[in-house]
Amino acid sequence: MTAPQVIRGRTWKFGANIDTDQIIPAKYAIYSLDEKELGKHAMEGVPGREGWAAKVTPGDILVADSNFGCGSSREIAPIAIRGAGISLVIADSYARIFFRNAINMGYPILQSPQAAEGVSEGDDLEVDLEAGIVRNFTRGDEYPCEPFPSFMNELIHMGGLVPWVRKRLQERRQLAGRR
Amino acid sequence: MAMTMTEKILARGAGRESVSPGDLVLAKVDFAMGHDLTIPPAGRIMREQMGAEKIWDPDRVAVTQDHFQPAKDAASATLGRLTREFSHDMGIKWYFEVGQGGICHTVLPENGLVLPGELVVGADSHSCTYGALNNFATGIGSTDLACVFALGELWFRVPETLKFVYHNRLREWVEAKDLILYVIGQIGVDGARSKAMEHVGEALKHIDMEARLTITNMAIEAGAKNGILEFDEVTRQYLEGRAKRPYTPVTSDPDATYEKVFEFDAEKVELGVAKPMSPDNYAPLSEVAGTRLDQVFIGSCTNSRITDLRRAAAVLDGHKVAPGVRLIITPSSHQVAIQAEKEGLIRVFLAAGAAWTTATCGACLGGHMGVLGEGEVCLSTTNRNFPGRMGHPKAMVYLSNPAVAAASAVTGVISHPGEVLKKMPAGIA
Repeated sequence: MTAPQVIRGRTWKFGANIDTDQIIPAKYAIYSLDEKELGKHAMEGVPGREGWAAKVTPGDILVADSNFGCGSSREIAPIAIRGAGISLVIADSYARIFFRNAINMGYPILQSPQAAEGVSEGDDLEVDLEAGIVRNFTRGDEYPCEPFPSFMNELIHMGGLVPWVRKRLQERRQLAGRR
Repeated sequence: MAMTMTEKILARGAGRESVSPGDLVLAKVDFAMGHDLTIPPAGRIMREQMGAEKIWDPDRVAVTQDHFQPAKDAASATLGRLTREFSHDMGIKWYFEVGQGGICHTVLPENGLVLPGELVVGADSHSCTYGALNNFATGIGSTDLACVFALGELWFRVPETLKFVYHNRLREWVEAKDLILYVIGQIGVDGARSKAMEHVGEALKHIDMEARLTITNMAIEAGAKNGILEFDEVTRQYLEGRAKRPYTPVTSDPDATYEKVFEFDAEKVELGVAKPMSPDNYAPLSEVAGTRLDQVFIGSCTNSRITDLRRAAAVLDGHKVAPGVRLIITPSSHQVAIQAEKEGLIRVFLAAGAAWTTATCGACLGGHMGVLGEGEVCLSTTNRNFPGRMGHPKAMVYLSNPAVAAASAVTGVISHPGEVLKKMPAGIA
């Protein structure tokens, strides 16, 4: 599976330092193997956002301020957001484990301080993943995104770390077979 | 090329002469860890999606049943079972069952499984704890862990290093926890985002390994990739009789490049807390003294090792928990519990009216055995107090050191330990 190159959707806007326990409260970690169930509770721990997941239309875009996803290493944080139907996350910056988890899952996330500052909740956005550009149709604005290093691009294009590991395991087996 | 400790370990893992901040490297892992919340997804991803049949080296993996174990409900029992079955199927050498291990970040150091110079990963954000033992240790996700299980290697971005120098010594009552809360208060919860925190200086020479583990434990609370300390006589003694493998300590070159150097006078650091709702919301204890409490929790990978329990017991000895307050004490490992029993600490806790639990992460992440309700106020020796961390999003959590927590349980309000105990007995402070 490869991610679609252009994504259009309505925006949900969140603040700075939203930690993983707010993205998906730890009590729902019992659903670690169930993306749909996790999705129902996404962002539930953010004060004032109770019941948020039910309002999401599949394809919506989540935009956040700095240090999004700080806290725990639990991969259920990006999984819950994806499970809620969010097609793409854009943030001013990410906490490192959330960032790796999303990249490893092949889930598109973008870093754009300009978008985080310029976008308001409800804005109609179009994101060109290849070009790294966010277009805001509501405000007639356009924001650049920070480019990924080539290895991360490769991972995202392949669909994440799983196909990458499969390929590497296959290479190793072939190598072992030849010996 | 001159390198920091962190850069040297990543260069060795990547099989390169040198690395620089910003490089993306594929590096060999020396030791990996997972637990009951992260092993079930990692195991499934590794076997069903990646198609790997076995672990690269089952002798270099530890698994603990600590987060929701002993099972808090039927769903957690399933996660516990999947964790147990995967560990058994894969022949994982360092599997710690309920009642025999405890919290991963106490269990691995106390069993000598994470050593100087090594590259360690754990599917838990507080895996940065191990860096007190002069290694590179960082938290990863479950897909990451599945990759490590399948291949024995993982991708890393070489971090910029921030150097933290602590001059002079900590004052009476002031602990490693107060120091790191102060530092995070200064730089913020994203102050070291994705970077290495290298801690050095006079103050660290005078604190024991358990206190050092508290400092590196909270690197993630500043957003750091890892926290790392220098190897010294304290490290060597701690590892004597514990280390399960030979090891080679690592030092930073004198001319290594640091993105920034922070200097602190440890003698000026006061007793302090992190106020709700963020670990960087630092305040000196004097500012919050008198705050009424519903619950006091002494536990977690941050502050519930034996030295922490000794200080708590010294404060609680001969006192009772204040009416209207509940004190929950959760040792961070089974070995800690055994030692506490030997030293008579458990008797002190029970006599004071504290609830003494089995070793588990428990209340720290709002799992079980001390989850907070709406509007409740808790003083906790844990690491994180974002909204909802310990239960209800409107619960208020203050973070402190164990002596402050114990004293506050006695008075019922946030208090200086000196109000309850005149002086910390020699050998405990």
